Amino acid sequence: MPQIVKKLTQKTETYIFIVILALSFLIELRSGQFFTSNNLVDLASAMIVPGLFAIGAFMVIVSGGIDVSFPALASLSIYATTSTLLNANYKGGIWLPIVMTLAIGALLGAFNGFIISVFNLPPFIVTLGTSSVFKGVMQGVLNSKQLATIPKGMSSFGTSALFVATNSKSGLTSRMPVAIIALIIVLILAYLILYKTMSGRGIFAIGGNETSAYRAGFNVKQIKFLLYVGVGVISSLAGLIRVCMMTQCHPTNMLGMEMMIIAGVVLGGTAITGGAGSLTGCMLGTALIVIVQNSLILLGIPTFWQDCFLGLLILIGTGVSASQVMRNSRMTKTIKIRRAA
Amino acid sequence: MAQSVLKVVDIKKSFAGVEALKGVSLEIAPGEIHCLAGENGCGKSTLIKIISGVYEPNSGQIEFNGKVHTKITPIEAIMNGIQVIYQDFSIFPNLSVMENLAFNSELANKHKLVNLKRMRKIAKEAIARINFEVDLDVKVGTLSVADKQLVAICRALMFGAKLIIMDEPTTALTRKEVSALFKIILDLKAQGIATLFVSHKLDEVFEISERFTIIRSGEKIITGNTSELDNKKFTFYMTGREFEDISFTPKISDEEPVLEAAKLGLTGYFEDISFSLHKGEILGLTGLLGSGRTELALALFGMRKADSGTIKINGKEVVLDSVRTAMENGIGYVPEDRLSEGLFLPRGIGDNVVISEIDSLANGIGILDRSRKSKEIARWVKKLSIATPNPDNACSTLSGGNQQRIVLAKWLSRDPNVLILNGPTMGVDIGSKHDIHMILEKLADEGMALIIISDDIPEIMSTCSKIMIMKEGRITATLNPKETDTKELSKYMM
Repeated sequence: MPQIVKKLTQKTETYIFIVILALSFLIELRSGQFFTSNNLVDLASAMIVPGLFAIGAFMVIVSGGIDVSFPALASLSIYATTSTLLNANYKGGIWLPIVMTLAIGALLGAFNGFIISVFNLPPFIVTLGTSSVFKGVMQGVLNSKQLATIPKGMSSFGTSALFVATNSKSGLTSRMPVAIIALIIVLILAYLILYKTMSGRGIFAIGGNETSAYRAGFNVKQIKFLLYVGVGVISSLAGLIRVCMMTQCHPTNMLGMEMMIIAGVVLGGTAITGGAGSLTGCMLGTALIVIVQNSLILLGIPTFWQDCFLGLLILIGTGVSASQVMRNSRMTKTIKIRRAA
Repeated sequence: MAQSVLKVVDIKKSFAGVEALKGVSLEIAPGEIHCLAGENGCGKSTLIKIISGVYEPNSGQIEFNGKVHTKITPIEAIMNGIQVIYQDFSIFPNLSVMENLAFNSELANKHKLVNLKRMRKIAKEAIARINFEVDLDVKVGTLSVADKQLVAICRALMFGAKLIIMDEPTTALTRKEVSALFKIILDLKAQGIATLFVSHKLDEVFEISERFTIIRSGEKIITGNTSELDNKKFTFYMTGREFEDISFTPKISDEEPVLEAAKLGLTGYFEDISFSLHKGEILGLTGLLGSGRTELALALFGMRKADSGTIKINGKEVVLDSVRTAMENGIGYVPEDRLSEGLFLPRGIGDNVVISEIDSLANGIGILDRSRKSKEIARWVKKLSIATPNPDNACSTLSGGNQQRIVLAKWLSRDPNVLILNGPTMGVDIGSKHDIHMILEKLADEGMALIIISDDIPEIMSTCSKIMIMKEGRITATLNPKETDTKELSKYMM
């Protein structure tokens, strides 16, 4: 038992979990609304889109890369799909929109992956560039504007509920969207890929030391390429779900989400330098951000303090991990000096 | 001689018109321990990359176990039993020992899915080969350097390795770890596995290898038995120059000492240190780890304030309580880890040279005078004979010896009266070491007083005019190098 406790104290996930619990109880104490069934369902529903984005961002960061283009990528793929289907007066179900969106997402992700793996350019610069390109194509070529309606099949997917939770006191109801299944499936798939396939271990290996990964026999270029394709697919799925749940397509309203998502991933203990982190941490970090965004209002804290509070969380969270890194490097340095002297 | 494991014949390789290898041949028998030596940039690494299939030679042939190849890929090299252990060990610090050991064979066998049971079995077999005991589930990043190296060796042994190439394997190891490594190399020899050992450290070459090959500027100079090699020959083959072992005699004699310490002490580190240093002298300071020699040096440079005793500079008593006051009193210090402590590696060579006098290059309103700066840079690059085509190049592009010269330039640019050097030639190859000694002697002859702190007894003996030995915080002896020998020195150290 003490061994387990010791192991837990060394994990960032534990601390994030404690922070989430503390925050939850604080909110419960002040409002009495946190642990109500409808609030929990609301939170779960709010987790779907950021959760999907975070899984994609996590996989890239673990490989030692970074992707800041995913909101633009998601926006472009869903906007292209929705406007095409609207023009064609599409009356069918959800499957065609899914296939179309994910295909465009995969294509755009492949564009990222191709530039990054073949030309070996820094992912941050590449995705910063493609992010602008994606936005430009959407606003210029597709002449994007807000689409107040979306095909019936999409909106009914977005609004259909697995179950409905009712708050016995206030009588408020919240619906658990079917789309949560998508998050669960992607989460399971990501876990299987990352931990149970050699290519998935390759993602960690590349994040640890790319040259070593190449020497060990990993197909580094291929893994990186497929990784960005995968992120494109996951992100476009998130975009699709968001549009379906909102039952309208607003081309620019996902833009700018990237920093908050990456912050959540890093907050969950993922090393921004690559190689270390867990899906659990990634989900917990995202959950913390979602709770802060959704529930501070229950505490009666004005919304403009949200950003401030989130900023502080990120500073503290990343500050702690950065100071750990520094402490580690300082330790190796004194060892070096001792040996050298 | 039995069928050789590896035979390379007349290998030529050039990069962008520059010939890195000009027809090098090398032959290694099964179980042989062979040392490949040469100064930095002589083509050692290029040769290894050709043997391991990373580079393709322009001409020449490679034979593995008698089979001729003209072109090989890294996989073919591995299949032929050639394994390279790189200086960075090629490990994944973020993954477990088990994964580090098992990845190569899992990938070579084209397994697509992770099978923990099989991986554990592979890893267990791998560490059993050299009786290495380690927890398979810890992350490799938490292991010591020596253990990381053992992980790399275990991994290399898995593919029926016949030849293990180790690139400067002892650089980051302690003396004890080096002995442990050598024992493993001998074990491998008993199993018929040959080792090609890349090094420029003389004592290692003598201790472990049976045969040696020395390369200089891309050409093979000599191959032979280590038993026929001695210190002097080794140095000559490496550098193409003859160095005479003459000890240093100060050319200036001055009655007044520049630096005088009386009963200097720092609680817990040293006490009762008294000595005087004159213009033109080179004082050697040696002693074991923890003898207080480094702390004494730091106290003289104001980084730690001595809490008893006095320091006089040119007869005037001073309190050295900060680096700034030490520098104002004309004291310079060259730190021991030249790479991490002394240089801004990514910045230009010129910037590094003038950094310590940068404020004197500013004009009246504090803006840098560029033309004066470049003149100053040109002066030092010439004076210290730093080999660079362009002083704007980053410092990291230079070889170890040249980097050391820049650290020197940094401090010399303030024209100090007293210069303290901590391990000035650590990690530097023989030729550059000699050059640095020549620079130091020249500085002394020009009137500077120097203190050299070093473990390298031969270095102290040949460069210094006076040797001070410390033990447990006290001076145990002050000797004249002309009237003493290595034995006497170590007697006072122990």
